Amino acid sequence: MGLKNFFERKKIEGVDNTMYLTLREERRISKENNRIIKYYERQKARKNVPEEEYLTQMRDPNNVVEFDNLHTYFFTDVGTVKSVNGVTFDVPIGKTVGMVGESGCGKSVTSLSLMQLVQAPTGQIVEGSIRYQAGDGKCYDIPKVPKDRMLKLRGKEISMIFQEPMTSLNPVFRIGEQMDEVILLHEEGATPEIAKERSIAMLKSVGIPMPDKIYTKYPHELSGGMRQRVMIAMALLCNPRLIIADEPTTALDVTIQAQILELLREVKERINGSIMLITHDLGVIAEMADLVVVMYAGRIIEKGTVREIFHDPKHPYTIGLMRSKPSGKLKDNRLYSIKGQVPNPINMPDHCYFLNRCDMAMDICHGEYPKMIQYSPTHFAACYLCGESSFPKNDLAKE
Amino acid sequence: MLKYILKRLGLAFIILIGASILIYMLSMLMPADFIDTQTAAALQSGAMTMDDVMRLKELYGLADKSFGGIMKSYFSWLKSALSGDLGFSFLYQKPVTKVLSEYIWLSFMIAFISYILEIAIGIPMGIKASVNQYSAYDYTVSVFAMMGTALPSFFLSALLLNVFAIKLRIFPLQGLTTATKIFDKNAYIQIFLDKAWHLVLPITVLTLLNAGYIMKFTRTNMLEVLNSDYIRTARAKGLSEKTVTYKHAFRNTMIPLVTTLSGMIPGLFGGAMITETVFAIPGIGYMALRATLQGDIPFIMGYNMFLAVLTVLGMLISDLMYMVVDPRVKLS
Amino acid sequence: MTTEKEKITESNVNGNNGNNNIELELEHNFRVISPGRMVAKRFFKSRLSVAGLIMIIFVFLFSFVGPLIVDATWGYKENQVFKIERVSDMFTTADFTGPDGMKYTYYDKSQTVITFKAPPSKDHWLGTDTSGFDIFTRLMYGGRISLVISFIVIFLETFIGIIMGGLAGYFGDWVDLLIMRLVDIFSSLPTLPILLVLSATISSIEAIPPEHRIYYLMAFITLLGWTGVARIVRGQILMLREQEYMMAATTTGISSLHKIFRHLIPNTMPQLIVTATLGLGGVILYESTLSFLGIGVPFPRAAWGSMIALADPAKGQDILANYPNMWVPAGILIVVTVLGFSFIGDGLRDAFDPRMKR
Repeated sequence: MGLKNFFERKKIEGVDNTMYLTLREERRISKENNRIIKYYERQKARKNVPEEEYLTQMRDPNNVVEFDNLHTYFFTDVGTVKSVNGVTFDVPIGKTVGMVGESGCGKSVTSLSLMQLVQAPTGQIVEGSIRYQAGDGKCYDIPKVPKDRMLKLRGKEISMIFQEPMTSLNPVFRIGEQMDEVILLHEEGATPEIAKERSIAMLKSVGIPMPDKIYTKYPHELSGGMRQRVMIAMALLCNPRLIIADEPTTALDVTIQAQILELLREVKERINGSIMLITHDLGVIAEMADLVVVMYAGRIIEKGTVREIFHDPKHPYTIGLMRSKPSGKLKDNRLYSIKGQVPNPINMPDHCYFLNRCDMAMDICHGEYPKMIQYSPTHFAACYLCGESSFPKNDLAKE
Repeated sequence: MLKYILKRLGLAFIILIGASILIYMLSMLMPADFIDTQTAAALQSGAMTMDDVMRLKELYGLADKSFGGIMKSYFSWLKSALSGDLGFSFLYQKPVTKVLSEYIWLSFMIAFISYILEIAIGIPMGIKASVNQYSAYDYTVSVFAMMGTALPSFFLSALLLNVFAIKLRIFPLQGLTTATKIFDKNAYIQIFLDKAWHLVLPITVLTLLNAGYIMKFTRTNMLEVLNSDYIRTARAKGLSEKTVTYKHAFRNTMIPLVTTLSGMIPGLFGGAMITETVFAIPGIGYMALRATLQGDIPFIMGYNMFLAVLTVLGMLISDLMYMVVDPRVKLS
Repeated sequence: MTTEKEKITESNVNGNNGNNNIELELEHNFRVISPGRMVAKRFFKSRLSVAGLIMIIFVFLFSFVGPLIVDATWGYKENQVFKIERVSDMFTTADFTGPDGMKYTYYDKSQTVITFKAPPSKDHWLGTDTSGFDIFTRLMYGGRISLVISFIVIFLETFIGIIMGGLAGYFGDWVDLLIMRLVDIFSSLPTLPILLVLSATISSIEAIPPEHRIYYLMAFITLLGWTGVARIVRGQILMLREQEYMMAATTTGISSLHKIFRHLIPNTMPQLIVTATLGLGGVILYESTLSFLGIGVPFPRAAWGSMIALADPAKGQDILANYPNMWVPAGILIVVTVLGFSFIGDGLRDAFDPRMKR
C-alpha cells in the first residue's frame, strides 16, 4: 500500500509539473489572445453597420430575451476561460427568471453579455446569439449590435441593478444628478426641470422618505438599503422592458433584504416588464422567480419552473443545492454541503463538469458531456442519471 | 471646518518650529573659522565690521557652543525671524528678506509656466494612456514619462544647450538678457521678448522633467477609477464612453489630482536651483545655490526656512483642497 | 494538452475510494504555485521589468567587473593620467605696456601640443578628459560609487524607517504622535538645499579628509530620506493591526515584539521592496547632483555627476560644444540606471499585487 501510494504521488507530481505554463507558453498564449481580441474588437468598432446585420427574428414573440448557445470567453494570460459555455434559455415577457449557481459559474457574465458590458478586451462573446425584442417591435441580436446603437438600449430598455450598492453609485455626484442624467440621456425633449420632477417622483415610488431631500444628497450620506433603493429607482426611470438584478440583496442586512425584494416584486407588477434575478440564495428564488435556471461552470445544468426545480430536481447538483438550503423542517440539524469545488475554468474536462463532486456518478458519466434532456414543456436537465425522459417531445430540446 | 483649519494651522506651526530647530542645528555644524574665511571678503570691502561678524557668530550659536549659549542664540534668532527679520546676507549685502522678495518672482514665473505646461501635457496624455491600457500609445507614453523622471536636470539642460544653443543656435546659451544688444529703455516689448527668448530652454527642461510625473499620476489614478463599480453603473446607464471617461471617471480622478497639484503651488516660489544655475537665470534658486556654496549663513537659514514654510503651506493647501473637491470629507 | 495523462491517472485511481478520487482531481485542476514563484513569474512576464533588469545587470557588470578587467589587462585605475600628445589650436592673450606708455593686449593664435582631452581612440574608447584620465574607465568607477552609495543609503533608510514606523504604528498613542511629528518635520525640510548646505560645510572643514566625505554624504541622504519608509510602515501596520489574523495572533498570546517582527513587518515587505527599488534611482540622482556641483564625491575619484560637470556652461563652452564624449556617456548611464530601477520597481509592484496593476 505504502509503495503504491508512493508511486501514485510521483506520477501526479509529474502531471503537476507539466501543467505549469512556461514563460514561452505564456508568451504564445498572450500573442494568440492579442490576435483573437484584435479581431473581435475590430468587429465591434465598425461604423455604419447596416441594420440588417443585427436585426433578427424572435423564436417566440412572447419572449423578451432569448439566449441561444451563448459563449462568452475570457482570453487571459494563463489560458482561455470559458465563462459562459453554450447557454440557452428564454426570458418571457412579464416573468421573473432566477439564475442560481455558485460564485464564478457564469451567471453575472451571462447578464453582462446581454448588456454588452463584459470586461473588454479580455472578455468577448465568441459565439451564439442573444435575441432581444425591443419596445419598437424590432428584434436585435445583441452580440452584433454596434456600440452606438447599444447605448440607446442600455439603461433605457434594459437596466441593471448591481450587487454592491455601496460602490455602485458615483461618490462625487449627487443622487439627483446621477438620476437626471439617465432621463436627459434617453428621453427626447427632456428638460432639467422635467428630469428633476421625474427623479423625485421615482425616488418616492421606491419608498424613499423625503425624496426631495435625498435628491440633493451624496451617496455616502445614505445607508446601504437606501442606496439600493436609489439604484432600483435609477433602473426604473425609463420604464425598462427588462431589469437585470445581479445579487441585489447579497450585500444588505437580512431585514433590508426582505424590503428590497418586496420592492422588486412591486416594481415588476408596475412596469409589466421582466426581471432576470441573479442570486445564490435559493430563498430569494423561491420567493421571487417564475422560472429558474441553474448554472454550473459556465453551462446550464437544469432549468424549469420554480415548482419543478424545487419539488422535482433532476440534476444531482440541483438536488445538492436544495439540500444545502437551511430549513427548519429538517430533523437532522446538520447542513448539507456539496463536497469539492468548481473545476478550474481553464482546461475543462470533456466529461460532465460535475463528475468529480457527484455522489451518483456512473460509468457513463466519464463519457462525453450529457445532452439536455426534456422532462416537461419547461423542465430540462443535463444529466445521464434520469436516463431518457418520459416526456414525448424529446426532439424539441435543442441541445 | 474652521476648527479643523485652526488645528491644521497649529500643527503647521509646530512643524515649522521643529524644522527651524533642525535648520538651526545644521548651521551649528559649521566650524567658527568657516565664518571667518567666508566673511573675509566682506570685511575687507568694509561691508561688514568685526562686530557684525561676532554678532553673526553669536546669532548662529557658533561662538558659544554650550547648551545655554545655543538656546539663547536660537531664541534670539527665532524672535527676529518671527518679526520678519531673517538677517543680513553677507554675500548679497542686503537683508535676506529683501533678496527673497526680489528674486522669487522670476523663479515663480518660470516654474508657473512650466507647471501649466506640465498639466496641459500630462493630464490628457495620462487619460489617453489609461483608456488605452497596454496599447502601443500607453507603453510609449509611460516609458517617456519615466525617462523624464530619470533624467538629471543638469544633463538634460546640457543636452538642450548643446543642440539648441550651440549646434542650431536657435536659443541663447545663458543669462536672462542678451548682453550685446542694447535696447531703448522704453522698448518694453522688445525687452520682454528678449527675456522670454532666454527662458524657453529652462522652461522646457522643467516641463520635460515633471510632465512625466503628472502623466503617470493621472494614469494610475484613472486606471483605479475606471475599474470601479460606479463606472460599470455609468456604462449600464447607456452613457457614451466619452461621457463615462471624461465626466464620471475624470471627476473622481480629479480628487487626488487637484489635491496634489494644488499642493505644488507654493513650491513654485522655491526656485529650481540646478536648472537656474546651469542657464544662469538670476532666480531665487540661482541666488540660493551661490549663497550655499559660499557659506552665506543668514541667507542659507532664511532660504531653507522659506522653503520649509512653502512645503508646510503646500501640505495645508492640499488638505484643504481635499475637503473642497471630495464631497465625502466635507462633513468630517 | 494534458488530458491524456489526466485520464490515465484518473482510471488508475478510479478503482480506489471516491474521496481519493476527488482529492487527486482537485490536485491537477488547481495548480498551487508558491507565492514567491508567482511573483517571479508575473515579474518576468512584463517586458519593461525584464528590460529594467537587463539594464541594471549591465550597469552592475560594467561598474564592478569592468574595473577588474581594466586593472588586470592594462593595469591602471581611475586616476591614471595619460599623456597623449596632439596638436591643438591655442589662443593666448597677454597685457603689456608699450614703450609709449599705453596698455596693449597681445593676442596670439598658436599651435601647441597638449597632453589631455584626447579624442576617442583604440586605446581610450572615449578619449581622455581635461585631466588626462581615461573616460571609459572613469565611467566604470563612477558607476561603482553611485551604486554603492545608493544601496547603502537605501538599506539604512529602510532600516531606520522600519524601526521608527514600526514603533509608531504598533504602539500608537504618544509614541506615534512623537514619531509622526518628527517625520513631518523632517519631510518639511527641503532635501536638495539642505544636502547642499551639509555637503558644502563638510567639504570646507579641513579636518575631514576628502576620502571620508562620501560617508558623511551617505549619512546625510539617509537622514533626510527615512521618513518615506517610516510613513509606509506605519500606515501598513495600522491597516494590518485591524485585520482578523492579527486578532487571531493576539489570542494565541504571543509577545508584542514577536508580533511586530513575525507578523507585521513581513507583511509590509512587498511594499518596502518596491519603495526601496524606486528609491535607489532617487539616491543616484541626488548623489550625481551633488557631484555635479563639486561637493559630492571628491576629486580625483570619478563620479558621473562630476563628469557631466565638465560641460557646465559656466566653465566655458568648449567641452559642452566640442567634447560630447566627455559628458554624454555619463548622463546616459545615469538615465539607464535610474530608469532600470524604476522599471524593476514598477514591475515588482505589479508582480506583488496584480490588482494594482499600474
